[in-house]
Amino acid sequence: MNDHREDEDYLLNGEERPETRADGEKLLDELGIFGVARRRFFEQGLAGGLGVFALQLLAKEKALAAVETAPDAVFAENAGLENAVRVSLKINGAAQSVEIDSRTALVDLLRENLGLTGTKKGCDQGQCGACTVIVDGRRVLSCLTLAARCEGKTVTTVEGLAKGDELHPVQAAFIKHDGFQCGYCTPGQICSAVALLDEAKNGEASAATKNLRATARDLKLSDEEIRERMSGNVCRCGAYPGIVAAIREVQAGRETAQYWQFATEEEIAAAMSAGEEERDAAV
Amino acid sequence: MRPFKFTKAKDEADAVRLVSANRDAQYIAGGTNIVDLMKEDVRRPNELIDISGLKLTRIKTIPSGLSIGALATNTDTANHPLVRQQFPLLSQAILAGASAQIRNMATNGGNLMQQVRCWYFYDVAVACNRREPGSGCSALGGLNRRYAIFGWSESCVAVNPSDMAVALAALDAVVNVTETSGTTGYGIPITEFHKLPGDAPHRDKALEPGELITSIELPRNNFAANSYYLKVGERTSYSFALVSVAAALELAGGRIKQARVALGGVANKPWRAYDAEKMLVGKTPSREAFEAAAAEEMKKAQPLEHNEYKVELGRRAITLALLRAFKGAAE
Repeated sequence: MNDHREDEDYLLNGEERPETRADGEKLLDELGIFGVARRRFFEQGLAGGLGVFALQLLAKEKALAAVETAPDAVFAENAGLENAVRVSLKINGAAQSVEIDSRTALVDLLRENLGLTGTKKGCDQGQCGACTVIVDGRRVLSCLTLAARCEGKTVTTVEGLAKGDELHPVQAAFIKHDGFQCGYCTPGQICSAVALLDEAKNGEASAATKNLRATARDLKLSDEEIRERMSGNVCRCGAYPGIVAAIREVQAGRETAQYWQFATEEEIAAAMSAGEEERDAAV
Repeated sequence: MRPFKFTKAKDEADAVRLVSANRDAQYIAGGTNIVDLMKEDVRRPNELIDISGLKLTRIKTIPSGLSIGALATNTDTANHPLVRQQFPLLSQAILAGASAQIRNMATNGGNLMQQVRCWYFYDVAVACNRREPGSGCSALGGLNRRYAIFGWSESCVAVNPSDMAVALAALDAVVNVTETSGTTGYGIPITEFHKLPGDAPHRDKALEPGELITSIELPRNNFAANSYYLKVGERTSYSFALVSVAAALELAGGRIKQARVALGGVANKPWRAYDAEKMLVGKTPSREAFEAAAAEEMKKAQPLEHNEYKVELGRRAITLALLRAFKGAAE
């Protein structure tokens, strides 16, 4: 079945070769697919050109998924690391114990070793904030954090903010207020904003704070304060007005109107016909 | 990044012993500077001694004033009620630097130890006396718009990037360090902690190899009500200072009893404006008095090819910072 010419043959002629069927049966056994789903695969999968190749991909995917839940199985292979460091930490509520090269930055541990690709690598030198995560309640840059220094720490990434299907209020507000365009800086922006809420609650100051000698808790932040406190997160699309609006809403705990709406079907139809009229006029 | 051994220090003595035992070892605290420098291949330690677990984070009142742990983060220091109350100038300067994320990671000791942000220092393909002693200074005849106007030498024209250190200089802070024996310590006045480049810019800190900063002491003063940190950069936030000024006044009977002025972004160390201070003492606070003091200090400036603007900018920034300090804008 690894002979691609035979697979091509099958795709061209549409005839199912006996060995393909046998290979399929074997893979379906391994994947634990039985009954109706199994019948459907042979009826629709093979006939529809999905084929054994797709089934192999599915098997690989499943094998990877199994590995993710037991990282030790993978890291046992890393015994030959030159400067291996074992780190035990909690990520999004789950205890992890990993063996890493001492050079590994937290952003790489998250993305490469643990598959948590929500955290983004931007500049990789502490200038853009895309890699912001929350460690022990504080927002930090995961690109400048050596993973080896995270022993015993609690890490929250963008993947750990929602409760099941319920988004974190900051996540929901970013959607509502259009706080992103391309989305690359967004996980960092959101983690940063979530930590910012706690900082304001604790009465922490910023460069925009007017009176440093007067301390108070539960600060209500002005737009100027929000902008200053978010200055470590750069957005190249320039979605700043939406980001500030989102944070302002959550911080103030007061719902504000969304400034954009999806077009209704009538509006879309009107716009389309207007376009057609214009084209006709041009002709 | 080149491979390195990662070693955790158990306590101060252990840290000092570990770093002294390996001449290619370096301390790592917050990591915001050393990790970056290692990624860029500017620094190449073969071992990092992690001191983040040491108990050097306390901020407490001492007979002479306030003691700030070397490993307290910049955020915790700027927000500590005692610092905000008694030394708002320090809080203001710390908060003017970097971003919330970096201040959360960076420690006070690390802030003092940070390297220049000279792009020639960072570019391993070009000459830099600081990176490779004797190789030459690429900034001297290069793009030196952001560089020094005071105290530079032919061997280095870079500036110290710290905001915190500028306030510490104005506040006459003392940096306490542990000697390499690991048992005794001594204090270095902040104004002597960073050294002008001379012919050895690669040795720009007063620390001997292996010595460890343990705390920073702030002597009690009467500046809290009339101090201000003014930072002028290319952006309002999250950029290094082109010029910054830490200004503090003690007023008595309508006159200036004591004045402190320190500048950032103009030299390879926080630049205490002693001449300006001398001009201010005994004067009645006024814009004219502040302008005269500022002009006196900037007379000695020696701009490079591209940074003459810093002389006028410095004059205005000193005046404005003193005006705001007088008005008590830090309050």
